[in-house]
Amino acid sequence: MTSSRNAVLFALALLAPAVLYILAIVAYPLFDTIILSFTNASLRQEYDFVGWANYQRIFGAGNFTEVILRTFIWTFFSVSMKMVIGMLGAVLLNAAIPGQTVFRILTMPPWIVPMAIGIYMWAWMYNGQFGMISGLMQNFGLIDKPWPFLAQGSSAFWATIVTDVWIGVPMVTIYFLAAMQSIPRDLHEAAWADGAGRFYRFRRITLPLMVPAIITMSLLSLIATFNSFDIIWILTQGGPSGQTTTMIIDTYRTAIGSRKYGEGAARAVVISLFVIAFCIVYFRAVRRLSQGEAK
Amino acid sequence: MTDIPRSQEVASVDSPALVKPQRKVRARSSRAMIDRYKWYEIAALYTGIAVFLFFVLAPFIEGFLVSLKPLAQLFSRPYTFIPKMWSFDAYFTIWTSVPALALHIFNSFFISTVVTLIVIAIVVPAAYAFARFRFAGSGLLLGIFLAVNMFSGAVLLIPLFRLMRSLGLLNTYWAMIVPGAAFLIPSSIWLLRTYMLRIPRELDEAAWVDGASRLYTLRRVILPLAMPGIVVVAIMTFIGAYAQQFIFALTFNSRTEFMPLPIGLFAFFGKQEVIWNELMAASFVGILPVMIVIVFLQRYLVAGLTAGAIKQ
Repeated sequence: MTSSRNAVLFALALLAPAVLYILAIVAYPLFDTIILSFTNASLRQEYDFVGWANYQRIFGAGNFTEVILRTFIWTFFSVSMKMVIGMLGAVLLNAAIPGQTVFRILTMPPWIVPMAIGIYMWAWMYNGQFGMISGLMQNFGLIDKPWPFLAQGSSAFWATIVTDVWIGVPMVTIYFLAAMQSIPRDLHEAAWADGAGRFYRFRRITLPLMVPAIITMSLLSLIATFNSFDIIWILTQGGPSGQTTTMIIDTYRTAIGSRKYGEGAARAVVISLFVIAFCIVYFRAVRRLSQGEAK
Repeated sequence: MTDIPRSQEVASVDSPALVKPQRKVRARSSRAMIDRYKWYEIAALYTGIAVFLFFVLAPFIEGFLVSLKPLAQLFSRPYTFIPKMWSFDAYFTIWTSVPALALHIFNSFFISTVVTLIVIAIVVPAAYAFARFRFAGSGLLLGIFLAVNMFSGAVLLIPLFRLMRSLGLLNTYWAMIVPGAAFLIPSSIWLLRTYMLRIPRELDEAAWVDGASRLYTLRRVILPLAMPGIVVVAIMTFIGAYAQQFIFALTFNSRTEFMPLPIGLFAFFGKQEVIWNELMAASFVGILPVMIVIVFLQRYLVAGLTAGAIKQ
């Protein structure tokens, strides 16, 4: 019943709603972005085509390459911290000790509650005058006067990264934990019988077998982090003086803030090109990993 | 999976030799032994877990304590972690300072529920089609769906805004529901397809031989069997829709009565001075129902996350 014409028609009918929905809400807007990027569209109804003018403007202005670079640095640190902390968390939660189930449940809240609400809590913790982090650091004598984390460029940059890591860690941890538990126990038992220690087993059995999971998760996380908007927008809106402006924030400010749809669209196209590049890397990696598994 | 005493108990029950239980248990069951820790290892593990959970939960703990501190104490120095005076006032005053709070909480649930219903209605047939039928370009189509997953709504905000405006959906629930659902469809298709692939094909074929129509087969054979998978997908979709509602609601809706919780509370930041204790109290009232539900659903969440992470 696989290849008859009737069956294909039935399959297409089943797929039609999904395909139409995605065409209307994702594909058409993507197409529209590309068109708009060559126009001077704004709040007015009519607009003209202006060729490559938007692209010339954004690349000519000088700070755009800086924004791209900053986005990559931001993403790089955030993703690597998520992976390291997620792996540590998975190792800890994998240990067969009483309380395991409770600890696993307690890991989930940052992932489950509305992201924005978690960020509001961080916004308070970063408060310079009365917030928890500045306050505790003063209590412990690490700093001698209040430190406004979000008002200073470099600390705001790191503060937004830490919050992004906080939101991403639960998912990474639970995913790594599941991957860790799918490693055949015999391997560990055989190594254990031969006298291999815990750390040695982690390095020589767990880690190598988790490489596919680590690659998959870092790429997924890379794409999500690259597109991250809420955290920076709520904490700093890209400030102070642009120090936390990533490409998404930059696009939002241009398009929605200043109502320059055409120029904003050009910026969005540049983001899309990066996302497409990541997608290609991701699909290749997934294909290679699944081939490796088949052997 | 088990804790130490229990696994030892099981091991000793398994062991037929009761004369020298110590020796025999050790020889027979490496399962218990490999999980046995020295005291300092246990101490290190618990310390590690404590630090890890502190990082994860600190904002919630601090947020809760802030909701109990009167404003005057909040804006005083030196900083104290534990409130000097406990007061639940904020939990009463929020209802007047955010008059629409109950509505915001309801909106959050309502939007996520409708998104989930739309996604499930679209995804169940599509996942079935991908799991069972091969046709020219089916692999490519699946790949395209996955690529959609990688685009965030933030990138497509301008055309989406124009689209919502020309459809006349701005400032309605639909402005948040329609784009919200679109970005959740691809991963849900993937998740459910993985699940449906595990249902034996022979069942479809048996129904087919018995003269059942394709639609009947989907409804009466596949749907009941796929129910656990559909539940997982529904929960993951709901969480996705619930946790990520911000940017569409911020940009496409400006009417207070339709705002979901995160946006309703975002208004706190527009004021001269943020009333932090009320903001935190309102946040906790808003997220409490979800927090309780998680405890019961955590198994499904883990299942969804594991199966959904793309692994072919």
